[in-house]
Amino acid sequence: MSASSAQLQQAAVLAERQAPPRSPARMAFDRLKRSRLAMIGLVIFGVMVILALLSPWIAPYDPKRPDLFNLKASPGADHWLGTDALGRDVLSRLLVGGRYSLGIGVAAALISSLLGLVAGAIAGFQGGVIDGVLMRFVDLMLAFPSIFLLLIIASMLEGISVAGIILFLGLFSWMWLARLVRGEFLSLKRREFAEAARAIGAPGWHIMVRHLLPNAIGVIIVSFTLDIALFMLAEASLSFLGFGVKSGTPTWGNMLSDARTDYLTNPMLAIIPGLTLTIAVLAINFVGDGLRDAFDPRGRAAGRAGK
Amino acid sequence: MSRYFIRRTLGAIPLLFGVAVLSFIFMQLAPGGPDALFGRLPRMTDERLAQMRANLGLDDPMIVQFGKWLGNLLTGDLGTSYVQHRPVWHVIWDVFPNTVYLVMAGLFIALILSLLFGVIAAKNPYGLFDNVTAFISYFGLAMPVFWLGLMLQILFAVKLGWLPSAGMHSAGETGVADFLEHLILPAFTIAIGSIATWSRYIRASTIEEINADYVRTARAKGMAEPSILSRHVLRNSLTPFITVVAIDIPLYLTGAVLVETVFSWPGMGRLFFDSLNRRDYPVLMGILMLGAVLIVIGNLVADLIYARLDPRISFE
Repeated sequence: MSASSAQLQQAAVLAERQAPPRSPARMAFDRLKRSRLAMIGLVIFGVMVILALLSPWIAPYDPKRPDLFNLKASPGADHWLGTDALGRDVLSRLLVGGRYSLGIGVAAALISSLLGLVAGAIAGFQGGVIDGVLMRFVDLMLAFPSIFLLLIIASMLEGISVAGIILFLGLFSWMWLARLVRGEFLSLKRREFAEAARAIGAPGWHIMVRHLLPNAIGVIIVSFTLDIALFMLAEASLSFLGFGVKSGTPTWGNMLSDARTDYLTNPMLAIIPGLTLTIAVLAINFVGDGLRDAFDPRGRAAGRAGK
Repeated sequence: MSRYFIRRTLGAIPLLFGVAVLSFIFMQLAPGGPDALFGRLPRMTDERLAQMRANLGLDDPMIVQFGKWLGNLLTGDLGTSYVQHRPVWHVIWDVFPNTVYLVMAGLFIALILSLLFGVIAAKNPYGLFDNVTAFISYFGLAMPVFWLGLMLQILFAVKLGWLPSAGMHSAGETGVADFLEHLILPAFTIAIGSIATWSRYIRASTIEEINADYVRTARAKGMAEPSILSRHVLRNSLTPFITVVAIDIPLYLTGAVLVETVFSWPGMGRLFFDSLNRRDYPVLMGILMLGAVLIVIGNLVADLIYARLDPRISFE
């Protein structure tokens, strides 16, 4: 066996020589793997996603079925996390609620990232009047405290569906990313490789998609990741105030909203969904910060302060 | 230098005008309004409703209504509350000071704690204290603000009984001590986000400055460590901090709604929540616009102060 160690070493050297050049995304991923916090976050988030996806089959009870003989039961053998004020099983609601809360976060982040990417890319690449108009609009939208706006519109709509809140969160939150992407495209389009592509007659969209986008992907992925957490918190805040997803739908925010009437006497009903949400957001933020460092190892940003 | 000031200040005006236009559009989209409100009254006939609409100018063309509304806005008239039948401005002004107390107390707590955490953590990067505060910061940013409020109420008001759980005064009490007791929990809750970001920010910039040449010089000439920190390091590391504070203004406005609702604190946020439930759109629009104005002016002032402290900015 010991004889083969030299051979192994030789093989490793050969493999390294033959390895294809690594892409920026690949390099970023390798850096991400070295960040312990990001890996912990990824594992926790992964477990939560799997549990949420499997929730219809593993939830012990129907999350919407009240049990009037078992109101506010303490955690026990029958109900691991107890039951709420209507006798609904808290564990089942938590599992199925994860499906809604995580789903809302991811879907809304997809919409807002896509809008922010398109608006920012066009503004940054085209410049001129389009850029001016788009960016003044972004300035204007950012001047409004977003939760005020969301709450007012929600109060006009009177009870929003899950799809509604996804659309609604996505439509009102793409401005930060648009600003970031615009800045990236503005500087990238003046770089040599973009000039070269233009010189050989590549059309504008080709330069944008094939040359600029891959170089701006880090900003977009980081923003997408952190947005998932932000939207999960936003859903919880709106639902808690009574203007989120229709009550009865077992999102984590609605569970907190249901707990609002008697959390002082029944703290567990508020602690459980809130703690779950906090851990989910924590995990996502770990991944987001890890990604930020992985894509931009030079500047470690001080953290995203604005919302 | 003064050209930069004038340019930035004038630049805020179209933004404020845009805020007014958008608020007006939202106001028009709002269902209900006087029709639904007065229509429900007993003894209300169609003629009287039509008369009322005419009196309120609701039948004028949109552009005329907007002109009137903007004119009123410029003279400080935000309309009349549907519910309280008083000028919106008075309704907001009554509770505005309470929100100011809350936000001021929050800013104060955030500043003290984040300076303390940030500087101590910077003394020994990646040491125990640094790691613990880093984790607390992560946790503070991940928690829903209102949930922290609930948890503090459960812990300090119910389990320990140290502090009152809600309100601004105990029944029949008007003393300052009683008021401060009620202020602690909501102020800490509203500050949590800033404590988390600011302490990390101060840590990072202090570490950066602490290794600068001028600090080594100060140390070499025998200056005492505390005065190096206060006279050299903090002065430089806190300059960009002003923009960080301005960025947090929306955070405090959002926080005010959630925290005041949780703690029954009779401020603007609580008024906003109550007005939402009563569909009192004039009040909602008033608060929305006030919030937007605070954000625009806050950013402007931060930029101007920053340019003043760092003259390189105005030469962009």
